[in-house]
Amino acid sequence: MGKILEIHDLKVCFHTEDGTVHALNNVDLTLEDGITLGLVGETGAGKTTLAKSIMRLIPSPPGKIENGEIIYDGKNILELSDTDIMSIRGQEISMIFQDPMSSLNPVITVGDQIAEVIQVHNKDLDKKEVFNRACEMLEMVGISADRAFDYPHQFSGGMKQRVVIAMALACNPRILIADEPTTALDVTIQAQVLEMMRELKQKFNTATLLITHDLGVVAQMCEKVAIMYAGEIVESGTVHDIFNNTLHPYTEGLLGAIPKIHLHEKRLQPIEGLMPDPMDMPKGCIFCDRCKYATERCKNEHPQITNVGGEHTVRCFLRQDEKGGEE
Amino acid sequence: MARYIIKRILLAIPVLIGATFLVFTILFFTPSDPARMILGSSATEEAIEAMNEELGINDPFFVRYFNYMKGLVQGDMGRSYRNNSSVSETIAGRLGNTLILASAGMLFAIIIGIPVGILSAVKQYSKIDNATMFITLFLTAVPTFWYALILVIIFALKLHWLPASGMGVGLVPLLKSLILPTITLGSGYAAMIARTTRSSVLEVIRQDYIDTARAKGVSEKTVIWKHMLKNALIPIVTVVGLNFGSLLGGSVLTETIFSWPGVGRYVVDSISYRDTNAVLGSVVTLTILFTIVNLAVDIIYALIDPRIKSQYAVKRRKKHAQSENAV
Repeated sequence: MGKILEIHDLKVCFHTEDGTVHALNNVDLTLEDGITLGLVGETGAGKTTLAKSIMRLIPSPPGKIENGEIIYDGKNILELSDTDIMSIRGQEISMIFQDPMSSLNPVITVGDQIAEVIQVHNKDLDKKEVFNRACEMLEMVGISADRAFDYPHQFSGGMKQRVVIAMALACNPRILIADEPTTALDVTIQAQVLEMMRELKQKFNTATLLITHDLGVVAQMCEKVAIMYAGEIVESGTVHDIFNNTLHPYTEGLLGAIPKIHLHEKRLQPIEGLMPDPMDMPKGCIFCDRCKYATERCKNEHPQITNVGGEHTVRCFLRQDEKGGEE
Repeated sequence: MARYIIKRILLAIPVLIGATFLVFTILFFTPSDPARMILGSSATEEAIEAMNEELGINDPFFVRYFNYMKGLVQGDMGRSYRNNSSVSETIAGRLGNTLILASAGMLFAIIIGIPVGILSAVKQYSKIDNATMFITLFLTAVPTFWYALILVIIFALKLHWLPASGMGVGLVPLLKSLILPTITLGSGYAAMIARTTRSSVLEVIRQDYIDTARAKGVSEKTVIWKHMLKNALIPIVTVVGLNFGSLLGGSVLTETIFSWPGVGRYVVDSISYRDTNAVLGSVVTLTILFTIVNLAVDIIYALIDPRIKSQYAVKRRKKHAQSENAV
């Protein structure tokens, strides 16, 4: 399968009055055609920043992409002109935002909002045709077309997210970035929306970057997984690698924090401690303060991401030594 | 929509009655002796008593109020104590002039204020933003009489471009004579609108749906004028509406400086003559205008924001609740 999106050595900082926030550090990520890649990490790990970097939506100032490249279709997105990036947004790469309650414009009808993305990328189509296509998209996500004239406040949360998905898929993009598409929804609606996303993905063969902090969703939806912690990818591989052959202590902690249905556990097993302050990153391994295996070396030296066989990569001295991986 | 407008119009009626009652009451308790004013200081007590009887001044408060309202509904505001002219006719002759000046002032304020406010918000904390905020603060604070005189000195006395006072007859002289009073009247409001627009746009600019719009590949111009402005418009319309009301009555100073034959000057002159009927008529007229402007503002709200409109569209909402449950 061909690589459709490659991110190399991406570094994003936010320069604020209180200091510089290092939101992303040396991030490498590859997305393949037709594959769903799950990007997992706790709140503040930099998942959304990564997604917005791909769309080039980092607000600047204060944000700045300091280093690295994002290669889409042989072109570095970070070096494209504003016109070129506008023709990619929505048409080739589109994005679903976290909160459907706030990601639709409250004063424009949903039909017009879907039609807008179609019109922008198909300037030769006349208004009526565009609107008909918008209605088709609505039908596809299970909303009847006569509701195209309604405003977002007349829809429930789950239906709004369907509208957002219809909007994102309206131009049949090659890459869909879904930033926690189900976090704001209740569990039954979550399942519906995920099921629909999976069907649509198969129908259109869209490569998906699914951002979530729910490992259950990852197991259900993804072929590949990348684990993110404090602005770095600490482990990545296939779903099998991550779930059955867990290497990084942080991934281990994440999986350990899921309650198991066959054990009578009274309390969840959390990972002790907090993420490091993004304004003041430790010079050694970013996870060493919370890691139960940490050694002197971890505190002083920053581990590089290393392949340990197949597609499985990890950023940890301990596991690299065990596996004898090479840098 | 019709339902909303009718409801607003019905609500305006008690407001008008209350406002006229208040104005009437205040002027009722203001010491004045119209009979003596009409007949002169040499009139006999009997003549004054007869005059009071004729004017209805000896009637009890509520009878007088009722009689006044009876006339008002028929468009009769009584006669001026000063020169026995019809108050309604005098006001009708001057109202147009006041409306021309007030509309020109507000139009000037909107045309300058909104774009400046948007520019300032989009380029927050830049040099343009700082300069704008400084200038607007200056324009809000500067006293009208000083500002107007400076304008007259520069443009009328030194450069001889524009007339120093009066209202021109014919289109071109009218427009020429309108420029200085318009700038005098509008600058402060332009500054206020610019500041309101800035803060309102800043609130909208960080909303998710702005990022959604950008992610669709929409140009920045469309994002600002279509997605941002419509959402930011409610506070701006409020400020414009409220100030248009006060502009109608508050242009007294400008009308006096530029000898503009409007209602504002009529009120001031009438007050100095204790011409109660004229004052009452003018204030009631301005109150009615103010109420009409507020009504217009309420209707514009509903046109801008579908959420406000839908509070009144009970039937439609019920229908939607049903279809939503069905999905």
